[in-house]
Amino acid sequence: MSQHESVNNGNSFPEIKEIVTKVSVNKTPAMMILQAIQFTYGYVAPEMLERVTELTGIPSSTLYSIVTFYAQFRLEPIGDNLIQVCHGTACHLAGAERITESMVMETGAQAGKTSEDRLFTVDKVACLGCCSMGPVITLNGEVHGYVTPEKVQKVIKERRECCVANGCKDHDHTAGKEATVSE
Amino acid sequence: MSSQYKVIVGMGSCGIAAGAKKVYDSLQDTLNDGSAKLVIGGCMGMCFAEPLVEVAADGKRVIYGRLTSENAAEIIAKHIKTGQPVIESVIWSEGLDSADANYFNKQQRILLKNCGVVDPESIDSYMSHDGYKALEKALKTMTPEQVIKEVEISGLRGRGGGGFPTHIKWTLAGKSAGPDKYIICNADEGDPGAFMDRSVLESDPHRVMEGMLLAGYAIGASEGYFYARAEYPLAIKRLRMAIEQANQKGYLGKNILGTGFNFQLFIREGAGAFVCGEETALIMSIEGKRGMPRTRPPFPAEKGLWGKPTNINNVETYANVPAIIFHGGAYFAQYGTESSKGTKVFALAGKIARGGLIEVPMGITLNNVVFDIGGGLQGGGKLKAVQTGGPSGGCIPAELCDTPIDYDSLKKIGAIMGSGGLLIMDESACMVDVAKFFLTFTQDESCGKCTFCRAGTKQMLRILERISEGKGKSGDIELLEDLATKIVQGSLCGLGQSAPNPVLTTIKYFRHEYEAHINDKICPAKKCKAFISYEIDADKCKSCSKCAKGCPTKAITGAKKEPYVIDKAACIRCGLCMSACKFDAVLVTTGSGRGE
Repeated sequence: MSQHESVNNGNSFPEIKEIVTKVSVNKTPAMMILQAIQFTYGYVAPEMLERVTELTGIPSSTLYSIVTFYAQFRLEPIGDNLIQVCHGTACHLAGAERITESMVMETGAQAGKTSEDRLFTVDKVACLGCCSMGPVITLNGEVHGYVTPEKVQKVIKERRECCVANGCKDHDHTAGKEATVSE
Repeated sequence: MSSQYKVIVGMGSCGIAAGAKKVYDSLQDTLNDGSAKLVIGGCMGMCFAEPLVEVAADGKRVIYGRLTSENAAEIIAKHIKTGQPVIESVIWSEGLDSADANYFNKQQRILLKNCGVVDPESIDSYMSHDGYKALEKALKTMTPEQVIKEVEISGLRGRGGGGFPTHIKWTLAGKSAGPDKYIICNADEGDPGAFMDRSVLESDPHRVMEGMLLAGYAIGASEGYFYARAEYPLAIKRLRMAIEQANQKGYLGKNILGTGFNFQLFIREGAGAFVCGEETALIMSIEGKRGMPRTRPPFPAEKGLWGKPTNINNVETYANVPAIIFHGGAYFAQYGTESSKGTKVFALAGKIARGGLIEVPMGITLNNVVFDIGGGLQGGGKLKAVQTGGPSGGCIPAELCDTPIDYDSLKKIGAIMGSGGLLIMDESACMVDVAKFFLTFTQDESCGKCTFCRAGTKQMLRILERISEGKGKSGDIELLEDLATKIVQGSLCGLGQSAPNPVLTTIKYFRHEYEAHINDKICPAKKCKAFISYEIDADKCKSCSKCAKGCPTKAITGAKKEPYVIDKAACIRCGLCMSACKFDAVLVTTGSGRGE
């Protein structure tokens, strides 16, 4: 607990207070607060839950029960590039497994995990709703259809080169982050 | 300078993914001379030919497809300059006999009438297509009871898959006492393979809102919630805009149209839990809790959101209501069958030549959809099965595809209508693999409350995995059937009750495939890795080395002018070499011809 206290002195995660104030006008806002936190930071850390409890009085056990139930919440920070490989039915039939395999090979990140160089996080997701264009992936929110292992090679290579050259500042996955963070 | 021409670029998610934004930009440059008015539209429904652009003038619509940012400007400019369609690029135009004309001509578009026609980001555009006229009619000339009566005459049944008569739900919620009541729109379209609700929300959000307003008036509610999938950012964005615009125009808020009716809409985003498509779980989620279903009764109509009477329908159900009120229930009821009235929207995908968003009258057969509208299978393949209803539905074999699409006929053959996903499978689909795929999904998404659903689906999945890994035993099929029956009986909500359907229907109609896996150690579709091997046809191999470069285990070796060879001991059968080969030289075999 002591190590949390030092982090949790009210000055860390200044955005959380803003979020709580803004979102709490809604009825039963717990999930909305957590969603806003994830949108801002890209993940939800245990210390952030503590901070929400301090501000709202919602027990952290309740908050924890939410973030562990819903697939959308991440408890660890993600890599610089977020890739979702759609494993909906249509994409499965169109060869999504093969796409994930080549994605794992190209990025070095196991499915559901982040690569060691922290450049890529690869997720398998249920369905992105672009079923007519399978296999589908999203790269930092942008949808790509009719993906082949060759396209995967090309896209990852481009992204990697761009990230290494530019330090990833141009295509941070959390769009809108600047707007919330800047003070 | 104003122009008679209107150019609409289809900008649903799929369109954008296919490059519609670039097409739009290229047109912007060309049309800035004022020769036409360039606007964005929603999903035109022809996913197979994205990106799509419509050129409209004097009520005549010409839809172009398969455009690129390079050729779009030229084609559209030529059309506008000459006043004549550029025939070779036309996908559909009324009265024009194009190769893909049947895709549209065989549909009956009532609910999708506006999709791809109105600008989803403009309330004015919706209003110029009779938007909010049904609301005005109801508020000014009808009582809530009369609204429910029209819905009853229409015969509308819940389009989320359950098929429960809508007017009964509304009547129950209307009779429940209390000033605080809620309307919920279930937009948590979780079925993999379904994108109807996304397309409707992205293309015609006001129609859904108008339906919710009408429901609110009918049951006496003044607050409504959209529960939308977080995976649908564009739909959520357009809903936000639509709500804001409706507030400005006075279709939401206090004293709507001066009639004293108050209504406000809010959006809650889901967070990735399939079970939240179940109504009581969804309500829990809006209440900011884990989305776990509870026993019914009490039904939401008596005790729903925050303990108050609540009416919950899905996107498509609400979207049907404005036309029912505007034209009268009988208009809707003229389509469809005795017990399933009206039209139904389907997401046609899989190995189909023309996939997309379609709307057909109930009672049409699956074959009509696959061959007349969908143009048959991709690459001229042979139809093996149609999967309806996603993970809750069933696989219908080709020989039963003359079954009419209505709630009861589909149920009779073990499938369900479901929310509207239609997955077309050709001979390359392995039915054991398909069943395993759906079970993996439902097993993962089970909330864990009911033992049979939580543990039973896991056991079923283990058996399926065993079968597809070549370790199937005699008795496995019977064990699957036994477990399936118990899971159906022992589960509280629709997820568990329907989770075994994909397994049961594949066993029922494709039992021989299961037996081939278990007894003969063969995967007839050459899909399951345990039963297949890859090799390179020396005659076809051009020694380009593409396969070797792409092989994750370096199992492929070769040299210039020598055919490449796969080391079967090192091969993990991922099939990347097969995708990489441009000369069809990589072969896959199963059964006795298979190398070790």
